[in-house]
Amino acid sequence: MPKYAIEVNDVSMKFNLSKEKVDSLKEYVIKFLKRQIQYNEFWALKNVSFKVEKGDRVGILGLNGAGKSTLLKVIAGVFKPTEGNVIRHGKLVPLLELGAGFDSQYTGRENIYLYGSVLGYSKQFVQERFDEIVKFAELEEFIDVPIKNYSSGMRSRLGFSIATQVEPDILILDEVLSVGDAKFKKKSEAKVMGMFDAGVTVLFVSHSLAQVRRLCNKAIILEKGKLIACGDIDEVSAKYEEIIK
Amino acid sequence: MTKYIESFKKYRFLLRELVKKGIKLKYRRSYLGIIWTLLEPLLTMMVLTLVFSTFYGRKDRAFPVYVLTGRLLYSFFSNGTKVAMKSIRSHAGMIKKVYVPKYIYPLSSVMYNFIIFLISLIVLVGVSIVLGVYPNWWTLTAVIPLIILFMFTLGVGMILSTVSVFFRDAEYLWDVALMLIMYTCAIFYDTERLFKNGVDWILRINPVYSVIKIFRDAVYGSSMFTDPYWVIMPLCASLVTLVIGFGLFKWKQDNFILHI
Repeated sequence: MPKYAIEVNDVSMKFNLSKEKVDSLKEYVIKFLKRQIQYNEFWALKNVSFKVEKGDRVGILGLNGAGKSTLLKVIAGVFKPTEGNVIRHGKLVPLLELGAGFDSQYTGRENIYLYGSVLGYSKQFVQERFDEIVKFAELEEFIDVPIKNYSSGMRSRLGFSIATQVEPDILILDEVLSVGDAKFKKKSEAKVMGMFDAGVTVLFVSHSLAQVRRLCNKAIILEKGKLIACGDIDEVSAKYEEIIK
Repeated sequence: MTKYIESFKKYRFLLRELVKKGIKLKYRRSYLGIIWTLLEPLLTMMVLTLVFSTFYGRKDRAFPVYVLTGRLLYSFFSNGTKVAMKSIRSHAGMIKKVYVPKYIYPLSSVMYNFIIFLISLIVLVGVSIVLGVYPNWWTLTAVIPLIILFMFTLGVGMILSTVSVFFRDAEYLWDVALMLIMYTCAIFYDTERLFKNGVDWILRINPVYSVIKIFRDAVYGSSMFTDPYWVIMPLCASLVTLVIGFGLFKWKQDNFILHI
C-alpha cells in the first residue's frame, strides 16, 4: 500500500491571457502576419510540491486569486498541469462544482442518471441508489419536474446527494458545506463528517480559518501560485494569521 | 492501450446517457416528437421531386428513391459534423468542472445523429416498396456505406471540433464547405452529364458522393463492386480522417480548457 494518497510533484500551471481574445481565423491570420500575437503569460501555480498522507485532512488557505481552485482542479484532473504531475491513489470524489453536467431541460430523475454517469458511476449503481439519492435530497415531489424549474438550493441538494453516494478515498471540498437551507446544511455536514470518520483523505478549501482549524489537521498556504507554507494546522494557521493581518 | 479500454468501459454509461440525451432533447418540445425524423425527409423528398420532375421533366418512377437516398445520407453527414463541431463548446460547462475523457462529446454527438438517421431510413424502406424498388440480397451490402459514412463523419467531426475550439469562425466556413459538398453529391441530379463532359473528377474526389453512390447501388439491388473504386476510395478516406481526427484531438485536447 502506498503511504501517500496524493503526491503533487512540482506542478506549474500557465494560462495565456492574451490582451485581446483572438478567436477568429481572420484576426489570427492578420495578427500572425503582423507578428502581433502577444500573450501575457500568467502562472496560476508555480512549482508547487507537497504530499498528502492517507487519512490526512489538509486545509488549503490563501487569498483570492492565490491559485486554490486551480490547484484543486489540477488534482481533480480537470486541468492538466503545464509542468509537473499529480499522482493519486484511490477513488477521488471532487465536491467542487455540484451539478456540473446537469441539463436544465431534463427532469430530476433523468439528471440523476446523467450526473451519475458523469461522475463515472455504473448504471446499476445509480439504479440501486436512486431512492436514497431522492430521499436525501428531499425532492420526492419534484423528481419528474424539469430541473430548470428548480431553485438553486434544490439543484445543489440534488448534486450533493448524487456526488456523495460513493465512499471515496480522497474527498475534495470547495466550501460546499454551505449547501441549501439550515436544515440541509446540518444534514450534509453530518454526511461529510461521517466520511471524515471513515478515514478518508480530505482536501478542503475555505476562506474561514475557523472552519479549517475545526476540520483539518494539516494545512498549506498558497500565495500568488506559490506554496509558502505546509505543515501542521497550528503552525500554518499562525503564519496565515500573520499574512492576513 | 489497456488504459484506454479501461477508461472507455468506465465511461460507457456516460456515452449512452449523452446519446440518449441528444435524441430525447432534440424533439422534446415538439408535438410530433420523434415522428419528425420520418416526416422531415419525406417532406423534403416531395418538394425535390415536385421541383425536379415537374419543372425539369424527369420521368422515371423511382426518382423519389434517388432523391431520398442522397438527401438522407447527406443530411446525416451535415448534421453529424455540425453538432460534433459544436460539441466541445456546448459542453464547456462540464469540461471546466469535471474530468471526463473529452472525445466522448464529439463521439456521442455523431452517435446520436446516426441513430436518428437510422430511424429515418424507415421512410426509405416505405417509399422504395411503394414505388416498386424491391430489396434483394445485394440490399444487405447497404451496411458497408453506412459504416463508412459513420467513420468519415466521426473523423471529420473530431477535426472540426478541435479546430472550432480555437477558431470560432470555422463554423461559418464549414457551412460554406457543406454547401459545396451538397452540390457535388448528386442528390437530385443525374451524374451522366458530368461524366460525358469529363468533369467526373468532382464526384470522384468527394467521399460523401461515393458513399451515396454505393448506397444507391445497394438499395436498387445491384452490386456496388463492379467498379471497386467507389468502395475503396471512401473507405480509405474515412480511415485517414479518423486517424487524423483522433490524432489532432489527442494532441490539442489539454489546451481546450484554456480557450472555451
